[in-house]
Amino acid sequence: MVRKGLMVLLSLVLGVFGLLAGCSNSSSGESKDGKVEISYGFWDKKQVPAIEEIIKQFNEEHPDIKVKTELIPYGQYFQKLETAATGGALPDVLWMNGPHIVQYAEGKVLLPLSDLAEKDDYSLDNYPESLIDLYTVNDEVYGIPKDYDTTGLWYNKKIFDEAGVPYPDDTWDWDMLKEAAKKLTNKDKGVWGFAAVMGNQGGYYDLIWQNGGHVISEDGKSVGFDQPEAIEALKYNISFIEEGMSPTQAQMNETAASDLFSSGKIAMMFDGPWMVPEYKKNPDLDVAVLPKGKQRAVSIHGLSNVIAANTKHKEAAWEFVKFLGSKEAAEVFAETGTVIPAFNGTQDAWLNSVPELNLQAYIDGAEYSNPLPSVKNTGPIWQHETDILKKAWAGEESVEKVVKELADKANKELEE
Amino acid sequence: MEPLPLQVETKRKLHVLSYASTKKRSDYLWAYIMIAPTMIGLFVFYLWPMLQTFYFSFTEWGAFGTYEWIGLKNYTRMLTDVNLLQSFKNTGIYILCTVPLGIFLSILVAVLLNQKIKGTTIYRTLYFLPVITMPAAIAMVWKWLYNSDFGLLNYLLSFIGIEGPQWLTNPNIALYSIIAVAIWSGIGYNMVIFLSGLQGIPKTYYEAAEMDGAGPVTMFFKITLPLLSPVIFFVSIMSLIGAFQFFDLIFMMISKSSTALENTQSIVYLFYQHAFVLNDKGYAAAIAVLLLVVILIITVIQMALQKKWVHYD
Repeated sequence: MVRKGLMVLLSLVLGVFGLLAGCSNSSSGESKDGKVEISYGFWDKKQVPAIEEIIKQFNEEHPDIKVKTELIPYGQYFQKLETAATGGALPDVLWMNGPHIVQYAEGKVLLPLSDLAEKDDYSLDNYPESLIDLYTVNDEVYGIPKDYDTTGLWYNKKIFDEAGVPYPDDTWDWDMLKEAAKKLTNKDKGVWGFAAVMGNQGGYYDLIWQNGGHVISEDGKSVGFDQPEAIEALKYNISFIEEGMSPTQAQMNETAASDLFSSGKIAMMFDGPWMVPEYKKNPDLDVAVLPKGKQRAVSIHGLSNVIAANTKHKEAAWEFVKFLGSKEAAEVFAETGTVIPAFNGTQDAWLNSVPELNLQAYIDGAEYSNPLPSVKNTGPIWQHETDILKKAWAGEESVEKVVKELADKANKELEE
Repeated sequence: MEPLPLQVETKRKLHVLSYASTKKRSDYLWAYIMIAPTMIGLFVFYLWPMLQTFYFSFTEWGAFGTYEWIGLKNYTRMLTDVNLLQSFKNTGIYILCTVPLGIFLSILVAVLLNQKIKGTTIYRTLYFLPVITMPAAIAMVWKWLYNSDFGLLNYLLSFIGIEGPQWLTNPNIALYSIIAVAIWSGIGYNMVIFLSGLQGIPKTYYEAAEMDGAGPVTMFFKITLPLLSPVIFFVSIMSLIGAFQFFDLIFMMISKSSTALENTQSIVYLFYQHAFVLNDKGYAAAIAVLLLVVILIITVIQMALQKKWVHYD
């Protein structure tokens, strides 16, 4: 009998706790000591040290605002945001990227910042104009630029020296890249010349632009994947795999190309400045500008900090976003060598943060860069790219066939 | 003066009756209060979302929770969806492999561990370990074991001169690689249920059978299996439902940019893809409803068939 009573009590307690847990608000609120607590959502683990430092500095000025970080891996970031936004539970302040800004701004889940900036006399001229434009939707600014990134050609000096190939420089074009990759490939040692990663930014987008093609037409009504320039660029990219100079798509799925590269199994690959903290650990690695195609081109993209429209602490969130966009915060990012800060004039500090690497290549790229296209349905279009292009990368279907399928599906998304 | 006692009698009866009904009522009240936490939880977190899912399966979703009624369009779209058909096929293969094989292996292990051998507790713990390990951790470890260039499995195979396949990226093999992990990680849980079932079988049956000259194999098929059949039935229903909802290992182990994904994705994976990646929640809800109907039909069939082979003593 005692045991039965105990069981009833236990189930009651558990049940009630379950309910309480279900009702408790996991997002922000007033914490016990009267401080305001806001949450900050982002995806890059490598930037955690820099962000923690910035929060520390922020708290020196604003001891009454507590910032709780929410690290969400990139793979799930936008899925989680979408669900959170639908349920009205977005982090107060969060990272936003170009491809999603239109959807979130038009969906009215982000706070327009133009009025706040005007009221506080907060200058938006401190950032590259292209980045402010990227985050302006219907004449309202929604995001304060945080950083920007272009693409560079990373290479392993040791593999180049052993094969007697000169390091890449700004004279390189597509043919020279191919030629070098051929010489650098060493089957006996398990070394590949180049990693033909299937990725759009810093991958086939850059190549399509270099070949004179486009991703989304200027009127925003069609995609350019099925155009001859794009087909040629995709074929060029995949030819590295076909000719045995790159790991296969399957191999790169099992072991990330960046891991193969940093452990000396790959001689060259395209990658962004966000990999600097990782690649600087290996002294053999360095970076150069991308080789040119018919013309020079790289993709440029930058993140911004945005505020959720339904935040309970608008003032605190805005104070934090202002600080994140400040010169001090930019310098923290620059000095830790994490990303190229967007705040004008702080880029030099970034260059000097890792003097042994030729980081200037990324800044040079900004001159001839194309912004990542942003439309309302960028998310689904990217999904179609992955689902469909992978068949060509795996060599199961021809490039001509898959781009037709991709263009059909992507054009339908643009119509919506 | 006859009616008087009767009157008294009726009155007393009434009194008793009303006393009984108030007692009964308060009993019911207390019973409901006791189960209220669970019931409210069940309603808020299970029943209500289920009804909503049914409603949403007739809608199309825009950004951030806006939707419109589109009638049966989601259901007619299913008829021509190649991926949906493929995912049903994948789930079918998965069920046909994991459920019978899983049950067979866990009965085997349970019977072996039910013997009086040294260190049974250690063995039982070892078999149960995968159950308490997080699926994400299991997936990460197996991903490494399966890695075709640097994995332990292919390394071991290379000693006997076999060049191992690409376990997780070859579209023809990937599903079976995942099935092996699923069976491995599920044995422990079913084993514990079977063990308790085995220990419920009275020893006297075996003693009697032994006197009649029955060997261990005969005893297994004539005593153990029939008496274990209610437990087998329970486990088979539970693992079938579990197998229909198969998701985590695919999500963790198969890369989105791998062509093996189409040949491994389950119905629930496809549901996830539509609901949370493509923001196509209406169609996702329709998939969920279809899945519910399929599981319902199969469970009803199982219930009907149980009369033929399940022995309740």
